[in-house]
Amino acid sequence: MTNTISNDLVLLTIPMRRDMELAAAQLASVIAESMSFNEQQVEEIQLATIESCINAFEHSKSPDQKVLTEFIMRTDELEIKITDQGIGFSPDNHPKKSNSKPDLHPEMRKRGWGLEIVHALMDKVQIMSNKNGTTISMVKCKNET
Amino acid sequence: MANKFDIQIRAEKQYAILETAGYLNDALGERLSKEAQELIEKGYTQLVINLDKTALINSIGISILIEIIEALEQHDGTLNFCGLSATQERTFRMMAIAKYAGIFPDEKTAIANF
Repeated sequence: MTNTISNDLVLLTIPMRRDMELAAAQLASVIAESMSFNEQQVEEIQLATIESCINAFEHSKSPDQKVLTEFIMRTDELEIKITDQGIGFSPDNHPKKSNSKPDLHPEMRKRGWGLEIVHALMDKVQIMSNKNGTTISMVKCKNET
Repeated sequence: MANKFDIQIRAEKQYAILETAGYLNDALGERLSKEAQELIEKGYTQLVINLDKTALINSIGISILIEIIEALEQHDGTLNFCGLSATQERTFRMMAIAKYAGIFPDEKTAIANF
């Protein structure tokens, strides 16, 4: 864990409804800008937040149909936790949406990119999942470009 | 929070430009796909998608862009993108889109590279 001077927390619960991931992304943007992340980092944080929320929307089958987003502001990093109370998943049972047409090029597949995008855009990603729900914890460090 | 989106289409003699505005999710993606399909049916096989006014794209929106690339391939056509942010371009390259479609900084360059 990196040094922290302050540890401020912002919470937002969003319903699993169309475009509600934008509410989390907008809050992520406001927080990241307030922490002086650069423009590209802010966009990366927004996109990772969107993909994590969509992952919960599509796959969690959460009975309460809600996603809790937590933004933990530290001096040198922002941690975002996206939590649902769904059925959990592992790479083995992570379903792919089947409404896409078959891929012409396997390397340019159409679905199943969400978590790969999150891993690519954030500095640290941890996924904790069990039958009671899933939390994706992702960290963006200020000193990374 | 409403996601307001729009698509402007400019069809020239040899090519057509589709300029999106707003969050590129499944809704905007499906509309974009429909417009692209109509252009392909009219004989346009060189398309530019200008994403300059689209600040955010999700992976479902990108999957629909891939369907447009594949539809054009079946007509020996080409899709060039322009106006991507650095993060969007990085994501497109990670998803191998850059191997099957062009990525250019602006419309002029995208058109010049058909």
